[in-house]
Amino acid sequence: MRWLVLIVGLSLAWAGALAAGDRSPLWPDIPAATGAPHPEGNAYWRANHMDLMRHDRNLTVHEGDRKIAASLKQCFDCHTARDDRGQVVTYADKGHFCRSCHDYAAVRVDCFSCHRSTPEGVDETAAQANALPPVRLGGGEAGSILAWLKRAGPAPRPEGGQ
Amino acid sequence: MDRTIYREIKATPQVWQVAFLLGAMIVAALATVVYVEHHGHIVTGMTNQIVWGLPHVFAIFLIVAASGALNVASMASVFGKDHAKPLARLSGVLAIALLAGGLAVLVLDLGRPDRLLVAMTTYNFSSIFAWNVILYTGFMAIVAVYLFTQMARGAPALFVGPMGMLAFLWRLALTTGTGSIFGWLVARPGYDAAIMAPLFIAMSFSLGLAVFILVLSALCRLGDRPLGGLLMQKFARLLAIFAAVVLYFTAIQHLTSLYAAEHAGFERFILATGGIYTWLFWVGQVGLGGALPMLLIWHPSTARAPSTPILASLLVVLGGLAQLYVIVIGGQAYPMPLFPGHVVFSGFGDGTVAAYAPRWPELALGLGGVAVALLATGLGAKVLRILPTNLSDANLGSRG
Amino acid sequence: MSCGKSRLRGKGADISRRDFLRSGAAVASATLAPGVTLIAFGGSPAEARASAGNRWGLLIDANRCDAGCSACVTACADENGWAGNGDPATDAQWIRKVTLRNTTTGHETSMPVMCQHCAEPPCVDVCPTGASFKRADGIVLVDKHICIGCRYCMMACPFKARSFVHEPVVNQKTHAPRGQGTVESCTLCVHRVDAGGTPACVEACAATGHGAIIFGDLKDPESEISRRLAEYPSAALRPDLDLNPGVRYSNL
Repeated sequence: MRWLVLIVGLSLAWAGALAAGDRSPLWPDIPAATGAPHPEGNAYWRANHMDLMRHDRNLTVHEGDRKIAASLKQCFDCHTARDDRGQVVTYADKGHFCRSCHDYAAVRVDCFSCHRSTPEGVDETAAQANALPPVRLGGGEAGSILAWLKRAGPAPRPEGGQ
Repeated sequence: MDRTIYREIKATPQVWQVAFLLGAMIVAALATVVYVEHHGHIVTGMTNQIVWGLPHVFAIFLIVAASGALNVASMASVFGKDHAKPLARLSGVLAIALLAGGLAVLVLDLGRPDRLLVAMTTYNFSSIFAWNVILYTGFMAIVAVYLFTQMARGAPALFVGPMGMLAFLWRLALTTGTGSIFGWLVARPGYDAAIMAPLFIAMSFSLGLAVFILVLSALCRLGDRPLGGLLMQKFARLLAIFAAVVLYFTAIQHLTSLYAAEHAGFERFILATGGIYTWLFWVGQVGLGGALPMLLIWHPSTARAPSTPILASLLVVLGGLAQLYVIVIGGQAYPMPLFPGHVVFSGFGDGTVAAYAPRWPELALGLGGVAVALLATGLGAKVLRILPTNLSDANLGSRG
Repeated sequence: MSCGKSRLRGKGADISRRDFLRSGAAVASATLAPGVTLIAFGGSPAEARASAGNRWGLLIDANRCDAGCSACVTACADENGWAGNGDPATDAQWIRKVTLRNTTTGHETSMPVMCQHCAEPPCVDVCPTGASFKRADGIVLVDKHICIGCRYCMMACPFKARSFVHEPVVNQKTHAPRGQGTVESCTLCVHRVDAGGTPACVEACAATGHGAIIFGDLKDPESEISRRLAEYPSAALRPDLDLNPGVRYSNL
């Protein structure tokens, strides 16, 4: 599934770049991150984040190893998105970092039925409970994907080095 | 006619009406599941004290009845009773359908029904629950193969006996597993008893046969097929024996507990002071579900009445639900001891009988499971040749 | 148990080995060919893992526990974010204060009851998916990633120590994720223990001056908890079940 998404995305991006010399408008609108970039590169994390996180979570939950890198807490140290009013958004908002791609890829994640989707200290209101948005395709989503592609340009290719 | 001919039942308006009713019950149950999953189990009557509620009563009833519904097929294939042979197919289909209905309730009541795949891919083999997953799916597969050996054109008849034996042994294991869900709980005074397994097996014989009698007579009425009174009386006499066996095991269960001083409190609760549980035990299970059907079936004045098998079966079903309510809910409602020689108090109901009032989502889900079982059986009779065209006494008698 | 732990994914980078995935410290990666990534890193071996060399436990001195005090309960709720919604029957109850009354003498004892972190935990035996598990250091936990919410563990627990989350949850603590439809219980503040700390209830009890709860390593004969257990009489709850709990009570 993820490879399919990657391949489709890459080819679309490539085609977009060839055609317009610009960023394809099909890509999701990924909120900018703060902090130092991943040394392994974004493409690596895009492709492997779920395996990294699942592996590390098992280390933490079952073996008590807390010196891990791929934890949701650490994701949100850098990857927090804010709305127009400057408020940190939760997974209930489609501007949330995780949702920007997962809505696009039509992959529903289960993390936030138990984990908070914001850094600690942000108040998640009760209205955001049960925030498992339905996977939607087409319609307005396509517009934001296009907008992203326009901005983001050709996706980093795995073979391109970091 | 001198031989058994199996035919699908015809789609009469009555058949459609019943199917529509059952379908509506299933839709209601599914809507309830979405509702509960959205709001959480807070909208049910279940709590952190009564963690298993009415859905589990229905689910366990259906699962126990499922293995017992195979009785008739076992009578034919394993014990060589000729009068049961024409009904072996229906018996197998009903067994699978009841199990599917029960499992549907069990699964849809989970806190995370969306994680069913986890339950089927990660096993902890010290859990009887995990073994039950295998016992249940295995039962369905074995009974399906057993049905195939009976029904497939050209399938050699010599496989019917061995498959019948395998299915019979498997259903004993299955009900042992179901009873052990409670029998192996060391913490609660109402459980933790080896007799749970044989008690559940006895219940399965009785409940399964009762459900079979009811479904058979309903199908024959819907399909407009003759159903012999003597055949029904034969089944009813067997039902009375099974009901007596259930009462026997129940008596032993409580007498054993009464003998142990540590269980005296729990026994007093169920047998004397437990309110609804005491009522359900004496009136529901023992009276209406045990003594009365036996009386109806054995008393000369009612034994030959055509309505007796059906009435007795209905009573046995009600008694079975009452018994499971007492076991499942009553066993949880009675407080657990924390330290010998002490009574406990707390803000979380320690030392007091837990209150439980089932709410409509639980009832809707439980009835939905019943509807799944009945609709699946009806569908089976509609599309498969499982119901004989003529079950009159004359026809069966001519087969010797 | 953890089905995905060592799964090879396609012909992509081999990310199955755990050390590969310790993606934290100083990772450098180079891509050799499409889909093949080489990662080099200079991390240190894992420290502070749950070890079978420890067994964490509590000793609760019922004489020092004040019947009117519930500082441990409040501290636990604050630490782990399980404040209730006003209905004790459906609220989370990771720890609760109970009163024991001797049926013959009438003597009353107040004390907190939480997950007893049994050496032979019935909840772990009955869990169909293995979500209920015991760590190497004796702490009994629920892996909520594979908990299906069947509540069989709650049927099995003799101490009513487990709660089912009946309602949607927000504002969880990052170190104590919890969510609707799964079962939870006292974690012995495992996030603190892993960092070398003590559980919140123990700290809170000490802060009130009662000092009724001590935390320590039952396998270390020199620890305070072991010395006290060796020196003074103590008891386990439900001693009839012989579950060898990690939580012990003195002066019951």
